[in-house]
Amino acid sequence: MDKLLEIDGLTKKFGPISAVDNISFSVSRGEVLGFLGPNGAGKSTTMKMATGYLSPTAGKVSVCGYDVLHSPLEIKRRLGYLPEGAPLYGDMTPNSLLNFVCDIRQLNKEKRKMGYEHVVESLQLERVLHQPIETLSKGYKRRVGLAQAIIHDPEVLILDEPTDGLDPNQKHEVRQLLDRMSHSKAIVISTHILEEVDAVCSRAIIISQGKIVADQKPSMLERSSRFHNAVGIRIEATNSERCITLIENIPDVQLVEIVRNDEELVEIVVFPSNKKDILGSIRNSMDEDGLKVLEMYVERGRLEEVFRELTVGGLEVKNA
Amino acid sequence: MRNTWIICSRELTSYFISPVAYVFIVIFLALAGGLTFFFGNWLDRGQADLQVFFIYHPYLYLFLIPAVGMRLWAEERKSGSMEFLMTLPISTSQAVIGKFLAAWIFVGIALSLTFPIWLTVNFLGDPDNGVIVTAYVGSWLMAGGFLALSSSVSALTKNQVIAFVLAAVICFIFLMSGVELVQAFFRAWAPPRFVEAIAELSFLTNFGDLSQGVIDVRDILFFLSVIAVALFVNILIVEIKKSS
Repeated sequence: MDKLLEIDGLTKKFGPISAVDNISFSVSRGEVLGFLGPNGAGKSTTMKMATGYLSPTAGKVSVCGYDVLHSPLEIKRRLGYLPEGAPLYGDMTPNSLLNFVCDIRQLNKEKRKMGYEHVVESLQLERVLHQPIETLSKGYKRRVGLAQAIIHDPEVLILDEPTDGLDPNQKHEVRQLLDRMSHSKAIVISTHILEEVDAVCSRAIIISQGKIVADQKPSMLERSSRFHNAVGIRIEATNSERCITLIENIPDVQLVEIVRNDEELVEIVVFPSNKKDILGSIRNSMDEDGLKVLEMYVERGRLEEVFRELTVGGLEVKNA
Repeated sequence: MRNTWIICSRELTSYFISPVAYVFIVIFLALAGGLTFFFGNWLDRGQADLQVFFIYHPYLYLFLIPAVGMRLWAEERKSGSMEFLMTLPISTSQAVIGKFLAAWIFVGIALSLTFPIWLTVNFLGDPDNGVIVTAYVGSWLMAGGFLALSSSVSALTKNQVIAFVLAAVICFIFLMSGVELVQAFFRAWAPPRFVEAIAELSFLTNFGDLSQGVIDVRDILFFLSVIAVALFVNILIVEIKKSS
């Protein structure tokens, strides 16, 4: 595969504190890498080093085969970067800012026109093109930041929290945009929103205290959740005790948890031993008994829970 | 070269969209005029020259130039736009020189807006315009020296107040290194050669000749080298801060 971004043994120390501690990964063309971690885990610092804005204490970054220390300009030409918080020149208008970026990036007339029209249309900037950026809403600022990052159609895109501050519709639009661009680029996004990882990322890296604690496909991460293959069941309150007794008698059932219990409705989650598939056996035993179940579903696993376990608990995930 | 110019023109445009430029120009003109007329008694002197106009420039710049220079890097650092700027495909030196040039041109514009006093002196008498042009160029070069010093100080911090105060102190040292106060301090312990060398670094001494219309290449070279060295230090500071 075509590895566009390679990071090897990257370390950054601020005084005695290691903000980033020996991180290695690579991103190929066509991949969208979700970069996760609690605040202060080192996500932004890693991204800053990948773009050459910060120099690493140790380790190597290469973009499209160029080393960040030896050919920073070559790297910056091939890279689109949205810094954390999308800081831009507040006194400029989106129009003048985008033109400034095109000038600096030396886009020819044709590329410039195409890039400009593309970002204005796909990020819906038409309405605010001539307003000073400092007067724009958070969502618009973020989108102008995105626009300057993609206007030159870079091979590698590094976006620090690209959907922060956007409303649900705008988030959806941005995710679709990332999806459309993903086949020709290597994209790294950092985010706090775990559903986003599911929606756009082909791979997720979780870092905690400067170290990588997981590097997996989102679906594989879900599998390490204790909820993976657990079965959720809703039944009428009057039937609940009978139902729980039935289920507890099924082999492979390890634990039954009552998650909701009110006068009419009871909701339980059934955990299988070794995350086995127990939906079939549960259904059979319900059918045999003739017990009426209101709703039954299988959990894929909960990313949020995996995230919490990895970053504060002691869960370990086998890396891909 | 191309990128330097793009950055310079972006900066220059942004001076004039914000009120900062107009406030600065008005204050500069008011102070320059006020000092000339009230402290220098320009009209009462009865001489057709701009000596008393230029004589106050070093002191005017001492406070006004750090005010222009303080924001150059401190503001970028504070607002985070530095991250946007420095991840564009430009080199550090292009950014440093571009930003400096914009500020220098801006100060040049403010300085050139003092032209009514030049018209006045020509209307009232028959001055040596060669002297006046030399003095204007000298004044602009001196402003460039102060500005380059302020710019590199500004790269040290994200706090504009600190940048201003530090820059004013450094400009003061450079301005006054020829006067007895500073000289006496060095004479007490340093070898005479060194004391002389310090005196040579004085903006006041070097501007003195130019302001009287004496074109001494050494004075011009002096200011140009101060600018060059200060900007080089500026580039180093920006680079070093990257890895701190």
